[in-house]
Amino acid sequence: MPLDPDSVRPVAGAHVRARGWGWRHAGRRAPAVSGLDLDIRPGERVLLLGASGAGKSTLVHALAGVLGSEDEGDETGELLVDGRRPADARGRVGLVLQDPDSQVVLARVGDDVAFGCENLAVPRDEIWRRVGVALEAVGLRVPLDHPTAALSGGQKQRLALAGVLAMRPGLLLLDEPTANLDPDGVMEVRDAVGRTLDASGATLIVIEHRVAVWQDLVDRVIVLDAAGGILADGPTGTVLQSEGERLAAAGVWVPHLPPRLPGRLPGRLPNRLSADLGLQAGGAHAPELLLSATGLAVGRVPFARRTAQVVADGIDLGIGAGTATAITGPNGAGKSTLALTLAGLLAPAGGRLAAGPGLAGGLGAEPVRWRSRALLTRIGTVFQDPEHQFLTGSVRAELTVGPHALGLAPAEQARRVDELLERLRLDHLAEANPFTLSGGEKRRLSVATVLASRPRVLVLDEPTFGQDSRTWRELVSLLVDVQSAGTALVCVTHDQLLVDTIADSEYRLAAGHAGSTAGVRR
Amino acid sequence: MSLLTPSIRPSAVARLNPISKLGAAIVVSLALLLSIDWVSAMVALALEGVLLFWCGLSARQFWLRTSTLWIASPFAGLTTVLYGRDSGAVLLTVGFVTVTDGSVQLGLAIALRVLAIGLPGIVLLATTDPTDLADGLAQVLRLPARFVLGGLAGLRLVGMFIEDWRFLGLARRARGVGDGGGPIGALRRFFGPAFALLVISVRRGSKLATAMEARGFGTAPRTWARESVIGAGDAVLLGLGIGIAGIAIVVAIWAGTWHFVLS
Repeated sequence: MPLDPDSVRPVAGAHVRARGWGWRHAGRRAPAVSGLDLDIRPGERVLLLGASGAGKSTLVHALAGVLGSEDEGDETGELLVDGRRPADARGRVGLVLQDPDSQVVLARVGDDVAFGCENLAVPRDEIWRRVGVALEAVGLRVPLDHPTAALSGGQKQRLALAGVLAMRPGLLLLDEPTANLDPDGVMEVRDAVGRTLDASGATLIVIEHRVAVWQDLVDRVIVLDAAGGILADGPTGTVLQSEGERLAAAGVWVPHLPPRLPGRLPGRLPNRLSADLGLQAGGAHAPELLLSATGLAVGRVPFARRTAQVVADGIDLGIGAGTATAITGPNGAGKSTLALTLAGLLAPAGGRLAAGPGLAGGLGAEPVRWRSRALLTRIGTVFQDPEHQFLTGSVRAELTVGPHALGLAPAEQARRVDELLERLRLDHLAEANPFTLSGGEKRRLSVATVLASRPRVLVLDEPTFGQDSRTWRELVSLLVDVQSAGTALVCVTHDQLLVDTIADSEYRLAAGHAGSTAGVRR
Repeated sequence: MSLLTPSIRPSAVARLNPISKLGAAIVVSLALLLSIDWVSAMVALALEGVLLFWCGLSARQFWLRTSTLWIASPFAGLTTVLYGRDSGAVLLTVGFVTVTDGSVQLGLAIALRVLAIGLPGIVLLATTDPTDLADGLAQVLRLPARFVLGGLAGLRLVGMFIEDWRFLGLARRARGVGDGGGPIGALRRFFGPAFALLVISVRRGSKLATAMEARGFGTAPRTWARESVIGAGDAVLLGLGIGIAGIAIVVAIWAGTWHFVLS
C-alpha cells in the first residue's frame, strides 16, 4: 500500500561531509578509519561496502554520535551532518543496528516507538500521533500495548525502524539490519525502508554484505578501503562491475559472483580431512540408518511448567550415514526444537526417535537417555549462537574439551586439536579467548569443537546466519568434507544456497502441520 | 504473561498509581518494624485481611503469589519459639532448646509480622506494571530518568537470560560435560555457565546502551508519552495505609504490648 505522503511529512534529507576524517579506538594501534573524504547529498541512498575491518560500522556509529567521548578513541579531521558535529545533531540522525534483540528498549510496542520522541522532548500529543504514523509506515499492525517480546525478528527490526522514523531523522543509518533475519524478515525490512524513504526523502546509508538485498533501492555504492580512505565510489552498477572481483574476495556477496566451492561437483572429492580425522566411511550401497523418527512430536517445556508444548508433530524422518538433510520452514515451525530433539538434547514430546544399532553402539535406542559423554562420539550439535557452547578461556582448551571428556591419552588429544587448528586456520589464535574472535572465527571454532570428538551425526542450527561470502565458503567446504567422510549432517537453515549446495534431502516443516520430505534440485 | 508485561486484571487497585501503592506498603511496614509485639501485627493483619477482598487478584493468583509467605511465616515463628530470647515461665527444655512464655510470644509476633508486612507489598506489586512503576518513579518522585529507564530496559534482558541459561545447559550436555563428576561436577556445571552468562549479558547490555543512546537517550530534558498522575484513589490508598499503621500502634500501646525496638 503506498503511503499517504502527508502522513510521513517530508523532512529535509541531511547532508554528510567528511574531510580527512579518522578514528582510532582507544587501546588499538591502527586507526579503524583514516583519511576519509566524502560528500553525500541530501536524499542520496548509499550502500556502504568494504572488507571486514575496513571501518564501516565505525563510520556509521560516528555519524550517529555514539562512538563515545575522547576517552574512547582519537578523532582526526572533520565529520559533519548538516554542518554540525553528529553529537550536536541528535534527532537528525537515526540508527538501526544488526541484533533485533538488543534494540528493543521498552516492553510495549507503542512505548518503544515513543522512546526516541520522548528523548527529543516532543510534546505528548505529537508523540502519539507520530507513533501511529511510524508503525503504519513500517507496516507493523499490532495494538500499541502488544508486548515487544512477542514479536518475530523481522518485526523487531521494523519496530526499531519505526522508533527511529518517529524521530523524523534526515539521515537514516542501517548497520546490517537484516543479517540475522530469515528471508521473509529481510524482505519485510527492506520494503519498509523503501516505502518510508519514498515518503520522507531522508538520506540513507546502509551497511550490508548481501548486495542483492539493497542494490535496487540504493543509487550509490561507496567501498571503504581497509588501508584508509575510499576504494571505489559511484553509481551502483558501475562500482559492482569494476570492483566486483575484489569485493567478492573480501567477503561481499556480489550478485553476479556467487562463492565457488572447490570440492563441490559430482562425486565429491576424496579428501585429506577424512583420512586425517579417521572418520568412518559410509556404507557401500544404501546408507546405514543412524537415526529414525516415527510419528515424532517435538516441543519444549516452558519455564516453570512440567509438560511440553508441542510445536510440530507427525514427523517421519530417517538420517543415514554420509547423507545431508536440510530442515527448512518458516519461523516458529519448530525447526530448532526438532534439531535439538534429534541431537538427543530434548526429550520427544510424543512418537519415537530411535538410534540404529550402529549409532547406539550397545546403548539403548533413545538418544535423550544417553549420558552426556556418550553423545560425544555419536551426535554432535552446533548451536545457532556459538557463544552458548564455549566453555573455556582459550581456543585450544575449547577444542580439548571433547577429547578430554572421552578420556583419550594426552598425546592423542593434542594431535586431534593441532590438526583441527591447522585445518580451520585457527592456529594463530590458539591462545585467544573464544569470546574475542570474529563472527566467522567463532562459527568455525564451534564446528571444530564438535568435530574433535568425531561424532557420526552432526546437527547444525543455522550455521550460515550472518556469514560473509568468504566465511560461508570456508564453512560449507568443511561440511562437504565431513559429510563425504561418512558423517551424517542434519542442518536447520533458511539459506537456499546452502540447501542447494549440500543437501541430499530437504525436510520442510510447515507452521502447525507435519512436514514433508522433498527431493532436492542439484 | 511475562515479567515486563504481566497480565493484570483491570481493577480499582490496578488503576492506582504505583507510587501510592509503594507509599502505603512502606508506611505499614515502617510502623510494624518499630516494635516486635503480637498485638500490633495482629491488628494490621486483620485490617489488611478485610481490604484484600478489593485487591484485584483472583483467589488462585493470590495464593500462588503469596505462597512463599505462608511457608516463611510459620518457619520464622517456630525458629524464634525454639531459639529466641527466653523470658518468663519455662514451658519445655530439650537439649539446647528452651521454650518459654516470652519466646512463644516473640515467635507469634514474628510470624504475624512477616505476613502483615509481606502481604500488602506482594499484593500491591502483583497488580503493578513495571513500566507504570518506572513512569511513577521518574515523574512523581522525580528520580533521574537515566537511572529509572536504564533499569527498566535492563529488566527486559532478564527474560533473555532464562533462555540463554537453558541453551547453556543443553550445550554442556552436547559437549560431554553435562553430567557426572559428583558434587564437584555439579558445582562446576553451575559456575561455568554462570560466567558465560555474565559475559553474554554484559555484551547485550552494552549493545542496548548504544541503541538507547542512538535514540537520543540521556542528554537533554525529555517528555513523557505516558503521564503518571496521582488521583483521589491514590489519596484514599495512602490514607488507608496511614490508618492501618496508626490503629495498629494505638491498639498495641493501649494493650500494653508495644515495645519500641530502639529503646
